[in-house]
Amino acid sequence: MVEIWRGLTKAVELIISFEPEVMGIAGRSLIIALTSTLLASLFCIPLGGLIHFRRFPGKRLVISLIQTFFSIPTVAIGLFVFVLFSQAGPLGGLNLLFTPTTMVVGQMILITPILLGLTISAVSGVDKAILDTARSLGASGFQTAIVVLREARFAVVAAVGMGFGRAISEVGIAIMVGMNIRGFTRVLTTAISLETSKGNLELSIALGIILIFIALIINILLNRLQQR
Amino acid sequence: MSLIETIDLCQRYGERDILKDINIKVEQGEVLALIGPTGAGKTTLLRLIDLIDMPTSGKIFFDGVDTTASAAVRLEIRRRMAFVLQKPIVFNMSVYDNITYGLRWRGMAKGNIREKASSILQLVDLAAYKNRNARALSGGEVQRVAIARAMAVEPELLLLDEPTANLDPISASRIEELITGIIRQYSTTIIMATHDMAQGQRLADRIAVLGNGEVLQMGSSRDIFAYPRNKEVAEFVGVENIINGVISSSQDKVVTIDIGGTIIEAISDYATGEEVSACVRPEDITLVMSKVPSSARNSFNGIVTRTVSTGPVTRVELDCGFRLVSLVTRRSAEELDLKKGRRVCATFKATGVHVIKREGH
Repeated sequence: MVEIWRGLTKAVELIISFEPEVMGIAGRSLIIALTSTLLASLFCIPLGGLIHFRRFPGKRLVISLIQTFFSIPTVAIGLFVFVLFSQAGPLGGLNLLFTPTTMVVGQMILITPILLGLTISAVSGVDKAILDTARSLGASGFQTAIVVLREARFAVVAAVGMGFGRAISEVGIAIMVGMNIRGFTRVLTTAISLETSKGNLELSIALGIILIFIALIINILLNRLQQR
Repeated sequence: MSLIETIDLCQRYGERDILKDINIKVEQGEVLALIGPTGAGKTTLLRLIDLIDMPTSGKIFFDGVDTTASAAVRLEIRRRMAFVLQKPIVFNMSVYDNITYGLRWRGMAKGNIREKASSILQLVDLAAYKNRNARALSGGEVQRVAIARAMAVEPELLLLDEPTANLDPISASRIEELITGIIRQYSTTIIMATHDMAQGQRLADRIAVLGNGEVLQMGSSRDIFAYPRNKEVAEFVGVENIINGVISSSQDKVVTIDIGGTIIEAISDYATGEEVSACVRPEDITLVMSKVPSSARNSFNGIVTRTVSTGPVTRVELDCGFRLVSLVTRRSAEELDLKKGRRVCATFKATGVHVIKREGH
């Protein structure tokens, strides 16, 4: 209990004092998670809409597979990205292993099924009459999809929020393809893991609180976006 | 050239035929009402005409252009029409944004959109609501937004699906006034589905009666009202007295119909021995206390079995050996003291009887 209290006071201290290393870790976590969420959203939201609107053989199977990948372990993705970017791997020549870029790639793979699946579920919840109304007013296929996505924005934004939450809180990928390099790939989750293993619980708790605080701020912003 | 022409249009869902061989033509500036009971295929036909759905077979020509040509042609033609659905849906945005959505899709300049929206909002009397979220409006207001949104794109053809269904009488009357205004001001070609025969009569130039996916009769409202082609149409247009019988004699088009011992006189081309139904509109039956000499060829004594007052008129059911329904003014009903058990005489002219051949015999 004493340690938790100390952790809380330490977190407040670190935040108020803008401790450079902690701010650096928090900023890196935020940038990597936001980048992966933004990039994944850019293709997942339209692709989710496309999967919903198009009829093709095996559609049901595709949706089932997407849903299955919701719970894929982060270490499995970490391993996959590690193999992909290792010197012997197909993308080894890019020399990107143990950089924030590979962490972004890994997080994008992690949240793609979540964003796709929840977008499909969001647009399928839109009243079919919305589709008919848009088409009857002369909307093209693309314009109709925009209308439907706009109608489903509450659920789509929630999906993006969920994706961000999963990205910023994961640790397996960050450790495996980022290697927790100080000042370069160290993020909040890997730092918490390291500090805990060193027995530095106060700092771990402080970092955890900062992580929750960031997630809270992002969720408040997304909530405001949903209300628009 | 007709604005819309359908040729042998069929729509089938699974094993069920929703529309069968629909052949209709609608001219520029015409108002056509599709009337028929629920499930007759009215909405399906409107959806096909608006090119939202593809027909199982048959063709639709818009202004002479085959609408099955390509997706691009279908979109181009769809943009020349507007469709107000039976349960109008408004987008989750302001009234102004709802009304201007279709214009933005057509790439209209912002200035022109503002101008257009302003005049349309005046037309539907919603100018004061333009910044309000359309989802917060009442049923009648939502219907007006839907009509405004459709009219904003200046459609050559406006499709209306049951525009006053589910509305209270005041809102329904406002929507009818609005449609009348559109017909007068814009001369837009309109195809509207309604199950309300009276509304069809009030608004349309021509009426097509749909039943079980087929056009049962098409013509002016007067033709359909006075001369229904068969029993289904007769029932739908409010002919409550449909009496089955056999033509027992025919001379100079004046026929006698034997309805089981009782004779009804009528004007008809049908020959002796033909199995027919005599259709008499309730408002064409006069009730008197006792037989009086008159030009009416049909006169029957009967007993009142039921009376129902609805506003200014009273519906009187009689047993004359066969069932007859008459509509009289409430004042007449009071003066004649029409109530259950009262003996009266029902009379109607031979010219007031429309004779139709019985099908399936």
